[in-house]
Amino acid sequence: MSEILNVPTMAEMLAEGKQPEVLFWVGCAGSFDDRAKKITKAFVKILNRSNVSFAVLGTEESCTGDPAKRAGNEFLFQMQAMMNIEVLNAYEAKKIVTACPHCFNTLKNEYPELGGKYEVIHHTQFLKSLLDDGRLTIEGGQFKGKRITFHDPCYLGRANNVYEAPRELIQKLDAELVEMKRSKANGLCCGAGGAQMFKDAEPGNKEVNIERTEDALQTQPQVIAAGCPFCNTMLTDGVKNKEKEGEIKVMDVAELIANAQDL
Amino acid sequence: MSYLDNIFFAIILILGVGYFTVNVKKILRNIKLGREVNRYDNKSERWKNMAMIALGQSKMVKRPISGFLHIIVYVGFVIINIEVLEIIIDGLFGTHRVFAFMGAFYDVLIGSFEILAALVLVAVIVFLIRRNVIKIKRFIHSDLKGWPKSDANYILYFEIVLMSLFLLMNAADYHLQNVSGGFMDFHPAGSFPISQYIATLFDGVANGTVYIIERAAWWLHITGILIFLNYLYFSKHLHILLAFPNTYFADLNSKGQFDNLESVTNEVKLMMDPNADPFAAAPAGADAVPAKFGANDVQDLNWVQLLNAYTCTECGRCTSSCPANITGKKLSPRKIMMDTRDRLVEVGNNIDANKGVFVPDNKTLLNDYITPEELWACTSCNACVEECPVNISPLSIIMDMRRYLVMEQSAAPMSLNAMMTNVENNGAPWQYSQQDRLNWKNEN
Repeated sequence: MSEILNVPTMAEMLAEGKQPEVLFWVGCAGSFDDRAKKITKAFVKILNRSNVSFAVLGTEESCTGDPAKRAGNEFLFQMQAMMNIEVLNAYEAKKIVTACPHCFNTLKNEYPELGGKYEVIHHTQFLKSLLDDGRLTIEGGQFKGKRITFHDPCYLGRANNVYEAPRELIQKLDAELVEMKRSKANGLCCGAGGAQMFKDAEPGNKEVNIERTEDALQTQPQVIAAGCPFCNTMLTDGVKNKEKEGEIKVMDVAELIANAQDL
Repeated sequence: MSYLDNIFFAIILILGVGYFTVNVKKILRNIKLGREVNRYDNKSERWKNMAMIALGQSKMVKRPISGFLHIIVYVGFVIINIEVLEIIIDGLFGTHRVFAFMGAFYDVLIGSFEILAALVLVAVIVFLIRRNVIKIKRFIHSDLKGWPKSDANYILYFEIVLMSLFLLMNAADYHLQNVSGGFMDFHPAGSFPISQYIATLFDGVANGTVYIIERAAWWLHITGILIFLNYLYFSKHLHILLAFPNTYFADLNSKGQFDNLESVTNEVKLMMDPNADPFAAAPAGADAVPAKFGANDVQDLNWVQLLNAYTCTECGRCTSSCPANITGKKLSPRKIMMDTRDRLVEVGNNIDANKGVFVPDNKTLLNDYITPEELWACTSCNACVEECPVNISPLSIIMDMRRYLVMEQSAAPMSLNAMMTNVENNGAPWQYSQQDRLNWKNEN
């Protein structure tokens, strides 16, 4: 399991005079959050296995500004955006993949007007393209026949209409994909978006992540699949709150694929 | 032959249409109080959206029961209005059923109006039951206390009265058409699949009495329609007109794309440009009034957001899908739209009362209508935008008001300030050094 990860940086690539096929935007959660770092590593293992030429910005990456923008701080957002765009443009980045739907949405939709024009894709879309090109094979492994439900991250689904890529990947695991009563365009938020992740909820009678976890539990899943580090945290907390962490795992789609192959 | 009827008809028609026109102009003026935003591009996509969403009701049927019933009322409204055209011509020129010359086609026309009218009656009664008997949650929500609740019921009562008068008028007409030996200038015209059964009520009633009933129903029906037309201005029912422009001018970008404030872009570029002279005079032509960041009142919103407010018919699909509202928070996207309209009407009345100039009234949309607590409960998940059958975006108003709170008042919740300080200082929402961003690579 402790194979060495090959994670070149854009700076190293440039020094060798190389341009990677894709830039992997790790994001703050993927870089710092203990749970999300596992998703980052799972995704890198798949990239390594598929011999994808990629690179990260490493210490040159900074917050996209998404939480600042959703909190209403347009100044801070645009400062972050312009600094990141300077770095990305200096490396002549063309294609960016990220495992965070918030980074994905911001890079894809809000950077172009500020001078950052890239092809931006979510990691589930990228994995799907690797699969379609025959560069990645997916085995069911431990997930074969398991009941898996997929929670649509708002910034991947409703915000950008990506619903199928993660589902097709899950189905390739020979798993039984079960849908929650609120899914796809009608999916319920996990409660973390709009900078809620970084503040306490306003007074109410329930936490949003509990409401959403109940949706998931109704499908009697063995795995709740997510495609966002924040959704992952919220649903993991929800499952713990329901004292179901022994039976039900909350996992990113990339982790499902990597774990199925014992990567 | 006296022309008194015709003159009287022309007068009420002119009054009805005239007063409505005056109010429509007020609505347009109020909408234009909003900031400019370019929604004139991609005309073909905009027409397509309007055709699919407003004309085709494609988002309504996402909730099949209310969607289906709504389509009946909507089709009924559109089709039965052909009959209103005939009524207006008859009224102005003293004719009776002027389109009857179309023969068999006229029979089909009147026959289908009747069936639709009956279906509308059924649908409207089901709507009343849903609101007042079953008490579906989104219809008894606290947003609707008082006038909005009555408004919704008045609209439904109105429809019942109008449809009943229409059928009664036809029934009396049918009876008189078939009086043996004929009655005045009533002659068989049209087919009456529904009202022929109502007409049995008139068996044995004097022809003169039935004639009075027919005339009374005819006059009350058209007067009712003119009153209803003028009621729109005061009601959520305005959506029957504004749904069309509203879907046309709706945002076409991905729902996740929030606009980048141009005024901020200019300042940030200046800050980041090493050659910029911070003491340089503002370039000629620059706005004399410093831009306000975000919105605390209706004039700071853009005109499409104000059009949204007038278009909202308070159905509450947004609120019923809002994660914050579902979990008991104060935020209700529907209330955001209702508050925006109420404030806009208040500002408009202020302008009317002060000879065309807005006199500050020490009130704002923020705080006096919408509280920060509501704004901070939003997860920006876009469920409300997705749900809206006419593409209203409560989210864009919430975001503009958050911008005001943060950039003009530095009034974000403490924990968000901490998050933003971290982003500013170390490029992440948490307190981790940017130098440690790649440490995960070597951790096990």
